[in-house]
Amino acid sequence: MAQLPAKSGDATTRPKTRAASKKSPYSYWFYVPSAVVFGVFFLLPTALAFYFSLTRWTLFSSTFIGFKNFVYFFQDPQLSLAFRNTLIFAVLTCGLKVVISLPLAALLTSGLRLQSFFRNVVFFPVLISAVAVGITFLTLMRPSEGIINLGLRAIGLPGPDWLGNPHLAIYSVALVDTWRGLGIATLIFIAGITAIPKEYFDAAALEGGAWVKFRHVILPLSRNATFTVILLAFIGGLRTFDIIWTTTGGGPGFASDVLTSVVYKEYQAGFYGLSAAGNVVLFVVIMALVYPLMRFFNRRELEL
Amino acid sequence: MRRRGPATRLWLDLVMLIVVGLVFVVPFAFIVLMASKTSQEAATFSLALPSQFRLFSNVWDVIQFRDYRMLLALWNSCLLTVGSVVLVVLLGASLAFVIQRRTDRLASFASAMVLTGLIVPPAVVPTIFVLQKLGLYKTLFGLIFVEVALQLPFTMLIMRAFLASIPRQIDEAALIDGASSWQLFGYVIFPLLRPAIITVVVVTAVVIYNDFTLPLYFLPGAKNVTAQITLFSFMSQFTNQWNLLFADVLVITIPPLLMFMFFNRQLVSGLTSGSVKG
Repeated sequence: MAQLPAKSGDATTRPKTRAASKKSPYSYWFYVPSAVVFGVFFLLPTALAFYFSLTRWTLFSSTFIGFKNFVYFFQDPQLSLAFRNTLIFAVLTCGLKVVISLPLAALLTSGLRLQSFFRNVVFFPVLISAVAVGITFLTLMRPSEGIINLGLRAIGLPGPDWLGNPHLAIYSVALVDTWRGLGIATLIFIAGITAIPKEYFDAAALEGGAWVKFRHVILPLSRNATFTVILLAFIGGLRTFDIIWTTTGGGPGFASDVLTSVVYKEYQAGFYGLSAAGNVVLFVVIMALVYPLMRFFNRRELEL
Repeated sequence: MRRRGPATRLWLDLVMLIVVGLVFVVPFAFIVLMASKTSQEAATFSLALPSQFRLFSNVWDVIQFRDYRMLLALWNSCLLTVGSVVLVVLLGASLAFVIQRRTDRLASFASAMVLTGLIVPPAVVPTIFVLQKLGLYKTLFGLIFVEVALQLPFTMLIMRAFLASIPRQIDEAALIDGASSWQLFGYVIFPLLRPAIITVVVVTAVVIYNDFTLPLYFLPGAKNVTAQITLFSFMSQFTNQWNLLFADVLVITIPPLLMFMFFNRQLVSGLTSGSVKG
């Protein structure tokens, strides 16, 4: 108890402190550095966003204007498009990641010869930055010379203008994001499948082949991993900014804008209050969608 | 368990090889090929092999571009990454230590509070306001603190999951031997956290090094740019020199790839103990 004498000014409190610290050696001081950093650089700005969203704000001065920012936010057709795009993007990327990575993880735990090579290659895109992925796919998705369309034309399909067509752009970026995030989802599923007790697989092997194994063992018993993947991918999708900004920049026009890119554009244009309002809208959307989802998942969690 | 005949498996291997090859290997090969071509050949965007192998001279050109700006950017990214990772490991470990070991209200409150960070989107413009008030706006220091705050939830989660596997008897033994709570943490618990620390270091290093959004907001200005921001600005500067742009992509992508290959095994086991059972 070398630390204690420093606090021993008062004779009456001293035995009490000592008794308390004997009870718990896990000092509250361990909280302090994290609390300061997290409080000042995360919680405080989050709280401030609520206030500043109700103001016209220049960083140096702010005028209270009530809910005008929000009214503007929902009246502007570009902004409501961003709202819709955010949902499309999150649902699509989340769905694709789950639907592709679960069978992929099942394959990658089934003892393929090149298993570890496949695992590494699928995981590599996770390590590449959004800017690098953006540059690569901007090139691969070029309408006339891009390799993707060359490949499609080779098998007789028309190659669309992936990122230049305003009706298609947000979906194309969602595909790019799926490509980039598949590795994480697959890794989590592989972990989930590896954690399934071997007896289940043995029983399934007696019943039938690979399909029985997938349908009746892997699918129901990797439920926790599925919940983790859905939550991570969905939250990540709602919060995405970088991959959109580096591929389309929200364009063409405003066709692939999402809430976060609008927040950035309003910030660039100097409308800080509006930008903060965008943040608050995003906050509310995420809370309204993710919190019930978490509750739902928590109740259904599986004990293996 | 594995009842498939060898013939079926070979067939599956081949199909996977083709699909994975097309979807994942081709884009990688494309980056390397583009980076190795002359600017005329790169402008065709084809998968053809380069007629002259120009990779090294392209990389050298990119490094020299604009007074070695890329080296400065890589150095900034390095400072940002190392600073943030060291800080987040220290803070995250001590936070997880007290949250996991204590079972009182404050611990569950703190844990719930920190975990909101995994869900709540960071409010960027108000953060600029806070940084400005503290005189940290447009400084690497300020950015480091923000990165630490944003990586703290994940770090806490991984460390807490790992701490649960360190028996309390170890704490008690150390305390009986006369260790203070700081000595217990510093000399006993922290070294035992090694596998979790490796996971956190690799993951947060890759995330922070690759981060584009926060430097974009918090480090405007030429002197403070990071590798990702430099790469992004090269997109508009190398309009007809795709070979150089891809050489830059390649150079900037190498550090995280190396890190992953080096720590591959520990990383996967550390992540899985945190993310699935956590």
